Amino acid sequence: MKLNWFKYASPATFYPLAGKLIPWFALSAAGFTFAGLYLSFFVAPTDFQQGESYRIIFIHVPAAWMSMFIYIVMAGWAAAGLIFNTRLSSMMASALAPTGALFTFIALWTGAFWGKPTWGAWWVWDARLTSELILLFLYLGFLALHAAIDDTRRADRASALLALVGVVNVPIIYFSVKWWNTLHQGASVSMTMAPKMAATMLLGMLIMALACWMYSIAAALARVRCIILEREQQAEWLAKLTKEPA
Amino acid sequence: MMRTLGHIVTRDVLLAMRRRADVATTLFFFVIVASLFPLGVGPEPKLLRAMAPGILWVAALLASMLSLGRLFDADYADGSLEQLMLAPEPLAMVVIGKVMAHWLISGLPLVLIAPVIALQFDLPTGSLGTLFLALLLGTPLLSLIGAIGAALTVGVRGGGVLVSLLVLPLYVPVLVFGAGAVDASTTGMDASGHLSILGALLLLGMVLAPWATAAALRISLE
Repeated sequence: MKLNWFKYASPATFYPLAGKLIPWFALSAAGFTFAGLYLSFFVAPTDFQQGESYRIIFIHVPAAWMSMFIYIVMAGWAAAGLIFNTRLSSMMASALAPTGALFTFIALWTGAFWGKPTWGAWWVWDARLTSELILLFLYLGFLALHAAIDDTRRADRASALLALVGVVNVPIIYFSVKWWNTLHQGASVSMTMAPKMAATMLLGMLIMALACWMYSIAAALARVRCIILEREQQAEWLAKLTKEPA
Repeated sequence: MMRTLGHIVTRDVLLAMRRRADVATTLFFFVIVASLFPLGVGPEPKLLRAMAPGILWVAALLASMLSLGRLFDADYADGSLEQLMLAPEPLAMVVIGKVMAHWLISGLPLVLIAPVIALQFDLPTGSLGTLFLALLLGTPLLSLIGAIGAALTVGVRGGGVLVSLLVLPLYVPVLVFGAGAVDASTTGMDASGHLSILGALLLLGMVLAPWATAAALRISLE
């Protein structure tokens, strides 16, 4: 039997598949969130240096991971859309962007909440904070460019190119900001974690990261279904699908 | 190929020289923005000296960004951009020519006037040379990166504001190393490290940016 790798590259086959997958990812997101929150609030011990405030880590670090990872995945889909000219790839890229921007914002916001009790400042011009802020700007640029162009094909391709330019730039931006920060010797706070994390802390963080993963996949799939509905209005398969009693 | 490049550069510079007011606007924008800062933060010489590298660079960034609209929009409006794309020469070559012309019109005057503005900020005369060199290396890079944004927004409504959102985050490394070089020289450190990285970024930009700009133009005009 020959395996058809491209079967689900078509919106017509992907739309029902995504519909079937969403509940599973959403359910596991809820499950992981529940387990992760339980671990992080009731099981993980209080930090001897930072007290209870360190518990922000359980949302902050997963959100920061997701914000960077989603940008790379988004750029990957954008590249696939440019190279193979597949409609679904570009739709995936634009479905991922709002989720990525959301996580970037959460990472910044929780970072501010964490910074106030531990360093005594809402914001320091640390290399990580600054590059995360610029990442948010890159997401916003992607979204704004996509929204400004009416022709969806052109919007997809233009924002895909922008995402790729961004991916080349992210490491350069990160290192330049890092160097800029060490030169200016601004904040004398070290962002490195407390010497050694307790195993339960690490476990709670990893489970919360899994929850964020599952949520991102579910949200992206739900959004891509909406995008498919919007763009394929004229398609015959969609008319057939919506007429059928579910 | 070199002849095409020369033709495009002379054409764009000639077109700009026929409308000198446009060129002057960019330059005066730079001067005005730089002069507004002392009014905002106060005339304290020590503070101004510390802020001068950053102010001059941010003003240069904004001035370079403001003039990006002139890069492709006029040619797009009168149809000559499409003719250029139909030419047998590689599109990246055309882009290099247009970027060079953009730098000659909006970047070079800025590089030349910046040391004079720096005197207003009481920048030590020893670091004026570094400022000049850093701007000389950095402003072409601004034109190169900006060209990508300008090409992506050709003919898009609200393109002017949009291009700032796309391009300014990408300008960050230039700002960091450009202002860093001047900063280092005012504090008596060696600025050659910053200048070397700026040069390396310029070389990288010269290789990659025209290619990306050409791809963006093809997307915008297909």
